[in-house]
Amino acid sequence: MNCREFVDFLMAYIDEELPAAQRAAFDEHLATCPSCVTYLDTYRETVRLGREVCVDPDGPAPEDVPDDLIRAILDARRSQA
Amino acid sequence: MTIPRNGGRAPRDEAAFIAALKSGDDAAYEELVRTQGGRMLAVARRFLRSEDDARDAVQDSFVNAFRSIGRFKGNARVSTWLHRIVVNAALMKLRTRGRRPEYSIEELLPGFLENGHLAEPASEWEKPPEDRVSRAEIRELVLAKVHELPEGHRNVFLLRDIEEFDTDETAWALKVSAGAVKTRLHRARLALRKLLEPHLRRSTA
Repeated sequence: MNCREFVDFLMAYIDEELPAAQRAAFDEHLATCPSCVTYLDTYRETVRLGREVCVDPDGPAPEDVPDDLIRAILDARRSQA
Repeated sequence: MTIPRNGGRAPRDEAAFIAALKSGDDAAYEELVRTQGGRMLAVARRFLRSEDDARDAVQDSFVNAFRSIGRFKGNARVSTWLHRIVVNAALMKLRTRGRRPEYSIEELLPGFLENGHLAEPASEWEKPPEDRVSRAEIRELVLAKVHELPEGHRNVFLLRDIEEFDTDETAWALKVSAGAVKTRLHRARLALRKLLEPHLRRSTA
């Protein structure tokens, strides 16, 4: 296996969707390629950072809704009633 | 009157709240908009760069939700139900706005040498910061870079990795195959990784 094949199947690797033989080939490549070890770590970090965009670990604190938007929504409901 | 601003009421309270909505209680509707509107606006803004479009999507979502509350079975939380509605409203807005010319994602994918090695060896990144301000700055950075992805890949990334839709739900929402979702998600992550790298690379100084 080379780095190109490693990168092509990276998502299947971290999702544990690869057959055992292919997974073993991945592990073997990782044991000899420090750059792919780093690539794997930073790919995982990219996924983690993406997930953190909407899950704020510092608290839920949803933004305030502009008052004029609230009024528009409630008016739209009344006009439908 | 103090209106609770969290969406996390106990299940029994949630059932009473849904019953109030179904009976047409004005105060319950206002509470729904005030407690869920901010979260929904944040979701719409992730898909739509224009503030007017994002607000329209939120308004359309609430109007749809009010119309269909009678059919809401209560097998999901109200917040989860509204989340799905606003995601679909945002996607609908993107569709009606029409497809804009899109650049290829190829230039954001990693390059390889003839022997299959990475053309540029991967660099290690800084450890995630512990302070709240830096973490908020990184969230802003990530979202800005997500918006640099071509739209077809960006929407898959947003749905799968940020809005937590599964592969089949994403395929259904975007009207593409499950295989296309998987391919686009992987390419979007590779591209985002490349866009983030110059900002997060560990300095060697």
